[in-house]
Amino acid sequence: MIRDITLGQYYPADSPVHRLDARVKITATMLYIVELFLVKNFAGFLIAAAALFAVIALSRVPLRFIFRGLTAVFLIIFFTLILNIFLTDGRVLWHWKFITITYEGVIRAAFMAIRLVLLIIGSSILTLTTKPIELTDGLEKLMSPLSKIGVPSHEIALMMTIALRFIPTLMEETDKIIKAQQARGADFESGNIIQRAKSLIPILVPLFISSFRIAQELALAMEARCYHGGKGRTRMNEIHFHRGDAVAAVLLIGFLAVIIASRQLGSVL
Amino acid sequence: MAFIEIKNLTVQFMKVNEDGSEVPGRKALDDISLEIEKGSFAAVVGMNGSGKSTLAKCLNGLILPTKGDVTVDSMNTRDESRLWDIRSRVGMVFQNPDNQIVSSIVEDDVAFGPENLGVEPAEIRRRVDDALRRVGMYEQRNKGAHMLSGGQKQRIAIAGAVAMRPECIIFDEPTAMLDPKGRESVMKIIKELNSEGITTILITHFMEEAAEAGRVIVMNAGRVLCDRTPARLFSDTEMIERAGLELPPFIELREKAGLPSDITDIEGLAAYMRR
Repeated sequence: MIRDITLGQYYPADSPVHRLDARVKITATMLYIVELFLVKNFAGFLIAAAALFAVIALSRVPLRFIFRGLTAVFLIIFFTLILNIFLTDGRVLWHWKFITITYEGVIRAAFMAIRLVLLIIGSSILTLTTKPIELTDGLEKLMSPLSKIGVPSHEIALMMTIALRFIPTLMEETDKIIKAQQARGADFESGNIIQRAKSLIPILVPLFISSFRIAQELALAMEARCYHGGKGRTRMNEIHFHRGDAVAAVLLIGFLAVIIASRQLGSVL
Repeated sequence: MAFIEIKNLTVQFMKVNEDGSEVPGRKALDDISLEIEKGSFAAVVGMNGSGKSTLAKCLNGLILPTKGDVTVDSMNTRDESRLWDIRSRVGMVFQNPDNQIVSSIVEDDVAFGPENLGVEPAEIRRRVDDALRRVGMYEQRNKGAHMLSGGQKQRIAIAGAVAMRPECIIFDEPTAMLDPKGRESVMKIIKELNSEGITTILITHFMEEAAEAGRVIVMNAGRVLCDRTPARLFSDTEMIERAGLELPPFIELREKAGLPSDITDIEGLAAYMRR
């Protein structure tokens, strides 16, 4: 169940997308998300989706890896759809007792769902094609101007590296605790929602304790390996801006222009 | 002068009472004096709580002495300005392979140490490739750390220490959580590193691993009970008993079969049986 989340899972491959500078990829992803909210008609979404699938094709990441991330957020998309369909005012399409479906509601729901799907696919492409360390290095570099005003950019980047690294470890730990509690007769499957939530306590408490233990051991291991903050630290893979990155940046600006132009086409099609 | 000198080392942790006041607790290490020669291979054995791990952590300044001194390559661990010099000379590999790997990708994790030392990027790349080849994990350099077996993870941890180009590596029960195959591969690497001149200190519960060392230091209740070659230790069953240890299987066989006590390894036993 929890294993299906692709966010933060790197897919090793040698592709033009993998080779891009992480800073370019992060900026592109952020711009892409902003653009998704600038789009106001289906033509725009078509362009955005086409661009996304072009990137997926270039990245050589198998489609099932990309769609696996979607199953985890299916519920959120589903609720967004429902709420938008039923709670938007406008031209009535269908009415039954207190339930009203409007034309605007359907359009808005469709837009929102497409937006969310593209947003999740877009951001999982970033994590699938960028090594976690490159991702955090890129963020550190992007944030480094902020360190002048006291933002601890190195520490934030390291925290993210470690968080990503320990997702699988903590999941294994959770699995172990669940099995241990089940072996003692704990029941996680029956009862109403409140009882089920309560039954999580015997999982969460040991998990919390063991994550503190892991943190302590890791801190010791890091100290033994001479970690003493970001000062004087070097990097094995320094980030360089290549020609491919310049091409990507130009394409990105072009894409941004097309999306903004698509707004002129009208509010639906 | 020996590479590591331990003089009258005492470590006493503070114990927190129920009312929050701190009082001195039991002595984890009690007046220990040892010398570790450059390039040697020493095993440290003893029951749980005998102070083995505490001793290991004193050797690179993770724990500072309450009394006495530890000097590494003539640098005192109390001297804070030399702490990073000491830790770059004395690497450490811990018991749990999962909790010492910092980065998700194998080669990035191996690079963590040299990066902390401020080594040039091209040189880090060379060291990482070299370290990964030495532990036989070069092919897996781009894999996710969570995809590896316990033995492979522990080899990555060893590569992480090797990439810092230390003169000494302390192994704190590196095989305790591994299956027999992983244990064997890790022991083979430890022996190889030692034969290449890296001073090796191996803390272990497995007597057959201790038998590989040049000397065995037996700890009991924070003190050194004895310090001798494996051959001499394993011919002294009374000492083994006293330290709460068990004999390696082939020594036990030797004792039970009443064979001469100058047989100290499996080869010797085989040679005796052939005669």
